[in-house]
Amino acid sequence: MMLTSNIASGQPLLIAEALGKRFGGLAALTEVSFAIRRSEIFGLIGPNGAGKTTLFNVLTGLYELDEGELTFNGAPLTRLKPHQVAQRGLARTFQNIRLFANMTALENVMAGRHVRTRAGLLGAVLRCSRTRAEEAAISRRAHELLAYVGIEKHGQALAKHLSYGDQRRLEIARALATDPLLLALDEPAAGMNPSETGDLMLLLRTIRDDGVTLLLIEHDMKLVMGLCDRVTVLDYGKKIAEGTPAEVQRNPAVIEAYLGGPLT
Amino acid sequence: MAMLLLLRHDRRAALAALLVVAILLAALPFLVNLGLGKTWVRILDFTLLYVMLALGLNIVVGYAGLLDLGYIAFYAVGAYLYALLASPHFGLHLPFWALLPLGALLAGLFGMLLGAPTLKLRGDYLAIVTLGFGEIIRIFLNNLNAPVNITNGPQGVNLIDPVAIAGHSFGQTWSVLGFSVPGLYLYYYLFLALTLGVIAVSIRLQDSRIGRAWVAIREDEVAAEAMGINARNIKLLAFAMGAAFGGVAGGLFAGFQGFISPESFNLMESIMILCMVVLGGMGNIPGVILGAVLLTMLPEALRYVGPLEQALFGRVVVDPADLRMLLFGLALVAVMLFRPAGLLPSTRRRREFDSSEAVLAQEQASVYDAHK
Repeated sequence: MMLTSNIASGQPLLIAEALGKRFGGLAALTEVSFAIRRSEIFGLIGPNGAGKTTLFNVLTGLYELDEGELTFNGAPLTRLKPHQVAQRGLARTFQNIRLFANMTALENVMAGRHVRTRAGLLGAVLRCSRTRAEEAAISRRAHELLAYVGIEKHGQALAKHLSYGDQRRLEIARALATDPLLLALDEPAAGMNPSETGDLMLLLRTIRDDGVTLLLIEHDMKLVMGLCDRVTVLDYGKKIAEGTPAEVQRNPAVIEAYLGGPLT
Repeated sequence: MAMLLLLRHDRRAALAALLVVAILLAALPFLVNLGLGKTWVRILDFTLLYVMLALGLNIVVGYAGLLDLGYIAFYAVGAYLYALLASPHFGLHLPFWALLPLGALLAGLFGMLLGAPTLKLRGDYLAIVTLGFGEIIRIFLNNLNAPVNITNGPQGVNLIDPVAIAGHSFGQTWSVLGFSVPGLYLYYYLFLALTLGVIAVSIRLQDSRIGRAWVAIREDEVAAEAMGINARNIKLLAFAMGAAFGGVAGGLFAGFQGFISPESFNLMESIMILCMVVLGGMGNIPGVILGAVLLTMLPEALRYVGPLEQALFGRVVVDPADLRMLLFGLALVAVMLFRPAGLLPSTRRRREFDSSEAVLAQEQASVYDAHK
């Protein structure tokens, strides 16, 4: 399935330059720079508290950046509100799943279409032919996306009644509904068993093959090593390594960050 | 339930049912007058006003989940706009068809004005601030008689023009096709038409892009914003839309009553309307209508308790006015205990409160999945 249309090749999709974010005296991010190329799966790893989720929240406009520049798809991303970031084509999922719990799975995905549709108050009240056509398109697209992530049979179930793995999938479907250029996933495999993780890996590869660039925070090393094209490693808010999974795995600084000392 | 299914599948049965309902609604004031007398036709008119108010508040509280305790302020704005522009107070006599949309517009504007400072507040804090705003409007109306007399203060505005259509005032009895139709009935038909309009708008908004966005910010504002929903605009839209319904009802109230004063718009009224929404079933249109009908009519029915006591015991044992609040409190407690989602909850809210074993089992299973 075609997921995105607006793919211009050439420069990287997302460029982060010297990002800095402080909470009071705590430097959550210091001088973090990286670039995500189009159509790659980019991993962001690091021990707990390394600043991964902070970086996510800075990217998606939830936190305001203290220092540095963010360029997304050729235009600055700094100082945009979360909904404007989504509008620009950066969608995310949350570490602790944040679905619209009391809406059905289908409605969740339909709500994700909000940013790409236009019907306003007047359209809703008059229900003119354009609104009806748009509504039908929203519903059709939502059904497609539920099928795409493999939970179409649960479309009418409330989101909170889905199983944990299906909730993760629904969150991905909802994010895809915004037609993202970059999909940022915060620990998508957290709490999944190995077979679910395997299925998730397949899904994420399919999404990438359908044209969406992926940014992935993950603790599951098997997933990161098996899936990512390139990986950046954060520790105490600083970037300590970047490269292919194999390179990063051999990097002494990374090993030290994870294991606490050099292997001799 | 079988009836409903039948209606859904058989177009002719549905049409027939619709026709029966329409005839009943049209004949209602005549029937009520025959059975219960003129007072009850008046109560019927008021019921329709409260249905409109409750449906307006339902948009703010039921759909968007913004607890508004000052909703009556918008009723007041609509009522005062009508009163000031169609009474001897300023010597202005604007026509009803112009005042009604103007009232909706102004109340909607006030909805946004009062909504804007509360955008970052949630739950209890939002309730407290909106409560304050509601009171501020009332106090303003009470005090805006000096140095320039705008609202005529606590005395209120008197001799408000009755609603008139094409030069025919609702203050008089009309004769239509040989029938004589008193003004009270005319108001009923006008209110009924507008109530049906409000219901139609509510239904359409519910299943729309905007309606989904309202529910989404109610469910999780952070997630909604991350999905590209502009929470600020969507909330303001809910405030404005709800307030506009209130403004329309207020204008009708002023024309119907002929007299308004700030006293009609106190906190108790806001709470009553909120109770209609909550008691009937937040977010569900039939539920909200039921809530409004019950809470407007039951207190009126209690008026018969006084004479009844007189007849039974020879004296009034309990003052019906006291009884009214007592029963009202009891009814609320009973609803909370036995039907926490309201008398007629929406499917969504029914499931929200549903803790049947199937659901629990499913939730436990998903927790188990999470720790596998």
